[in-house]
Amino acid sequence: MNEMVITREQREARLEGMGCKRKRVEDIRFTQGKGQYVDDIKLPGMLHGDFVRSQYAHARIKRIDASRALALPGVIAVITAEELKPLGLHWMPTLAGDVQAVLADGKVCFQNQEIAFVVAENRYVVDDALQLVEVEYEELPVLVDPFTAMDPDAPVLRPDLDGKTVGAHGPRKHHNHIFEWTIGDKAATDEAFNSAEVTIKELISYHRTHPSPLETCQCLASFDKVKGELTLYGTFQAPHVIRTVASLLSKIPEHKIHVIAPDIGGGFGNKVGAYSGYICAIVASIVTGLPVKWVEDRMENLSTTSFARDYHMTTEIAATKDGKVTGLRVHVLADHGAFDACADPSKWPAGFMNIVTGSYDFPVAHLAVDGVYTNKAPGGVAYRCSFRVTEAAYCIERAMDVLAQKLGMDPADLRMKNFIRREQFPYQSALGWEYDSGDYHLAMQKAMDAIGYRELRAEQKARQDAFRRGETREIMGIGVTFFTEIVGAGPSKNCDILGVAMFDSAEIRIHPTGSIIARMGSKSQGQGHETTWAQIIATELGIPADDIMIEEGNTDTAPYGLGTYGSRSTPVAGAAIAMAARKIKNKAQMIAAHLLEVSEYDLEWDIDGFRVKGNPERSKTMKEIAWAAYNAPPPGLEPGLEAVNYYDPPNMTYPFGAYFCVMDIDVDTGVARIRRFYALDDCGTRINPMIIEGQVHGGLTEAFAIAMGQEIKYDEMGNVQGASFMDFFLPTAVETPHWETDHTVTPSPHHPIGAKGVGESPNVGGVPCFSNAVNDAFGFLGSTHIQMPHDAWRVWEAAKRLGLHQ
Amino acid sequence: MIPGQFVYHRPSSVAEAVGLLASLGEEARPLAGGHSLIPMMKLRMASPEHLVDLGGLADLKGVREEAGSIVIGATTTQAELIKSDLLANRLPIIRETALLIADPQIRTKGTIGGNVANGDPGNDMPGVMQCLAADYVLTSPAGERVVAARDFYQGAYFTALEAGELLTALRVPVPPAGHGFAYEKLKRKVGDYATAAAAVILTMNGGTVATCSIALTNVAPTPLFAEAASRLVVGTSLDAATVKAAAEAAKAIADPATDGRGTAEYRREMAGVMVARALAKAESRAKGT
Ligand SMILES: Cc1cc2nc3c(=O)[nH]c(=O)nc-3n(C[C@H](O)[C@H](O)[C@H](O)COP(=O)(O)OP(=O)(O)OC[C@H]3O[C@@H](n4cnc5c(N)ncnc54)[C@H](O)[C@@H]3O)c2cc1C
Repeated sequence: MNEMVITREQREARLEGMGCKRKRVEDIRFTQGKGQYVDDIKLPGMLHGDFVRSQYAHARIKRIDASRALALPGVIAVITAEELKPLGLHWMPTLAGDVQAVLADGKVCFQNQEIAFVVAENRYVVDDALQLVEVEYEELPVLVDPFTAMDPDAPVLRPDLDGKTVGAHGPRKHHNHIFEWTIGDKAATDEAFNSAEVTIKELISYHRTHPSPLETCQCLASFDKVKGELTLYGTFQAPHVIRTVASLLSKIPEHKIHVIAPDIGGGFGNKVGAYSGYICAIVASIVTGLPVKWVEDRMENLSTTSFARDYHMTTEIAATKDGKVTGLRVHVLADHGAFDACADPSKWPAGFMNIVTGSYDFPVAHLAVDGVYTNKAPGGVAYRCSFRVTEAAYCIERAMDVLAQKLGMDPADLRMKNFIRREQFPYQSALGWEYDSGDYHLAMQKAMDAIGYRELRAEQKARQDAFRRGETREIMGIGVTFFTEIVGAGPSKNCDILGVAMFDSAEIRIHPTGSIIARMGSKSQGQGHETTWAQIIATELGIPADDIMIEEGNTDTAPYGLGTYGSRSTPVAGAAIAMAARKIKNKAQMIAAHLLEVSEYDLEWDIDGFRVKGNPERSKTMKEIAWAAYNAPPPGLEPGLEAVNYYDPPNMTYPFGAYFCVMDIDVDTGVARIRRFYALDDCGTRINPMIIEGQVHGGLTEAFAIAMGQEIKYDEMGNVQGASFMDFFLPTAVETPHWETDHTVTPSPHHPIGAKGVGESPNVGGVPCFSNAVNDAFGFLGSTHIQMPHDAWRVWEAAKRLGLHQ
Repeated sequence: MIPGQFVYHRPSSVAEAVGLLASLGEEARPLAGGHSLIPMMKLRMASPEHLVDLGGLADLKGVREEAGSIVIGATTTQAELIKSDLLANRLPIIRETALLIADPQIRTKGTIGGNVANGDPGNDMPGVMQCLAADYVLTSPAGERVVAARDFYQGAYFTALEAGELLTALRVPVPPAGHGFAYEKLKRKVGDYATAAAAVILTMNGGTVATCSIALTNVAPTPLFAEAASRLVVGTSLDAATVKAAAEAAKAIADPATDGRGTAEYRREMAGVMVARALAKAESRAKGT
């Protein structure tokens, strides 16, 4: 009876569909400590393994003596490259087309590189045994500075590539050169510069940092010798790809490998690729017939598995005197460390760095990227960004400020003047992308009004005057950023990983009582898929989100997908969900027509079911239709109600946003205090505003950390510095600024629900915004560009260089 | 990040504890809050064969007043220091400092005895104890001896403490009522050790400084009592030139290392800045402004 009296609004609200601030369903278990992470899984007889790691950044290994370790009670095995060689597993392919030593093959190329894998009965014995493995080294000259990597007399880091003049991405110019990647019209760009009224040129470096998820990388391999089957639990952002790679490497048939990614404590790009730990745990399990667990500790995580950035971008802009940009020229020196282990789509050695034209209408542009080897940990992963998009956004947003300063123009006005205009979408960029949609002027104006931009500039002027008069030792900076991302990799025409096109997938099954189980090829690491995916289905199919169970991460049950990174889940898997739901809806419409004895065309969708057009009293809810699908399907129609969709996106999506930061810097200590941070994001259709806000908060916090101090540093001997949370800056609630969030909505025209993805926007836009604020603070004193990270001592050094400590 | 093997002991009296420490010798370490020792054991920078847990020694806890001094038991936790009304009234600099140590979780476990006995130049209390001219009471099977905080520290992790000795109490002379105090600590984030820090205790007589004591944290292998800087300030009105001279004198004795907090140059400069700021704060407190 109650069903009859509820209003349309109540019916709608009951679904908790798209647009609802639905509470995260996964938080019920996370907040009670009931999540199931890899390290929570314990199998009978389970062994533990960990690595003997290199003391040196570059050395020949003369001898490995494991005899004392093997004599320790509880030690089962010590595996070195010698043991892996007969299996052909001492090297493994990287996602970037290079190879990487699983265990050092006669030589180490970075500090903490894996040398031997010790397997023992428990974690304590493993650590005791690690101390007992003796490694004799012969030190080699160390290469740390990428700018000297291609010097004629630079040490040879990769003798295994000796004589290889062509790499995975074309010719190699030097023994430490990995690839050169160029795009754009060079001649036209050079011409724009030759005839430019104004040009700027700046080396803009994005330092080396690390995704540092709270849960480190780990796996548990369990090989069943009788069945010949491998079960691999792991912290995998892309479980299906891991299974394919594991099968190709191990020769175990893919259907006999069960990859399970349970709850994951953050990924941020750290958990996309394959690591030595996975291979060694698998081999150890095959050899011993027992489950073997490998869990990185914090120092291992920060110093070995996939750093991010280390991009050195020489950036030039050509413009007219009145501030219209006429050309962009960028050369990147990319430090990839000892092996090229970037996790980019295979054909994109520099990721989507060619989004570097940003939000601006550059008529011409040219980009060249040189990748080089150094004696540092391998990686170059997309830390909370689509491939190299943070680098690109930092590059262009910093450079636009440098140009504004040179022109004596306000940086917000300069951006307004050069934005791609609303009517130009879909917009073909000079470096080859088709931006799907946007209204940049609207977003920027809204942001400027919200923050009171002109008033802030007036206040800044007054404070600068006071500083000059010696009345204060604080200077004020206003960071302005307008970013455009490219996410949702990606269309099969240009995106694949090891040959697998970058589609994603969803399978939805409605049970007779109208509840749903749905599985996707994506894998949440904290993004809240169990909440938001159910909301998409709820709106599409009219079933309350609470009646929908979402499952990801088990390769036996979930449809194949390329996983979650690069803000691709909503653009790709999210689209697959909507498309699968629509297949179900089509069939449901046929069933409803049959039940109501009308033609399908006489029906219309209404919140949670179909009703007869012009006769809304006659209707069937989705629940009734579900029952009928199993109970009395129309003649000729298959029973059941389920669908699968594999979605190959026609284009990327292009989220954008306008960010502003207000900062006060104490020039005597270099300490910067964030007074305000305002973030306006346009991610198209908003599925769950609360989750979006949470993503923006988290991403901004990471951006704050990166810009203001987070760094993986090496000394000149290649010793990694500060690879612990004492030094590696992870802000606590005390340091984290207050975030003000806002939005505009420009739906993606090609996405079934118009959503664009938001998880990475705040990192992409946040870093340049903080950095621009620091630079803006010092601008009036004649400084043009100060390199990140802007930790207190470096900011103080900048002040010192400007003579502020007299 | 897993410690080596060790034998755990939990004595129930000070006599038993020092007896154990004396008989086990160099291979034994007292365990107080464990928040300096256990991280070092996890990194295998320390691998003691025996841990003598001080947690069962009720005598070592608590704060009391005794003949013009405050006596603080070695296993009094930093959280207990913060809660103590006696300290808040008589030695507010201790509370101010304790609040700048690590984070609430660590302060609940970490003890003042462990903090000052540890010998890590990054610990905050040793400098404060030097500033306050505190004494440490050291107990061994042979009895008690007293070493001044200003004489206790010999180098990073090297102190006057001998094997078999336990630090049982800190004896802190109480500065006159109305004294000015400040602990200024520059750090990168909550839970970080100081980039540089300065402790100041002073008394004012009219507009001039009557007594002053300044000490520095984490800008040398040991805490530093900045004697020359302290002396410079006495008799002045803390005019800008004096403050600058005191900061320069403090910088002159600082000898920091370059680390993730900054270059040696920066950290030395910050020692000066912290001294200047601590003097200003202490002055305004002494004046009741
Ligand atoms: C993340 C983190 C951040 C921190 N930040 C700070 C900070 O900002 N400032 C700061 O000052 N400290 C900091 N600490 C250290 C913390 O304050 C420690 O608790 C304190 O330094 C040691 O006290 P404890 O009781 O934990 O000693 P323990 O770790 O148990 O012992 C430390 C050393 O002292 C010896 N010892 C302990 N008690 C006695 C005794 N009574 N007699 C003789 N020897 C003894 C032990 O054998 C050991 O060698 C931090 C610690 C951590 C983990």
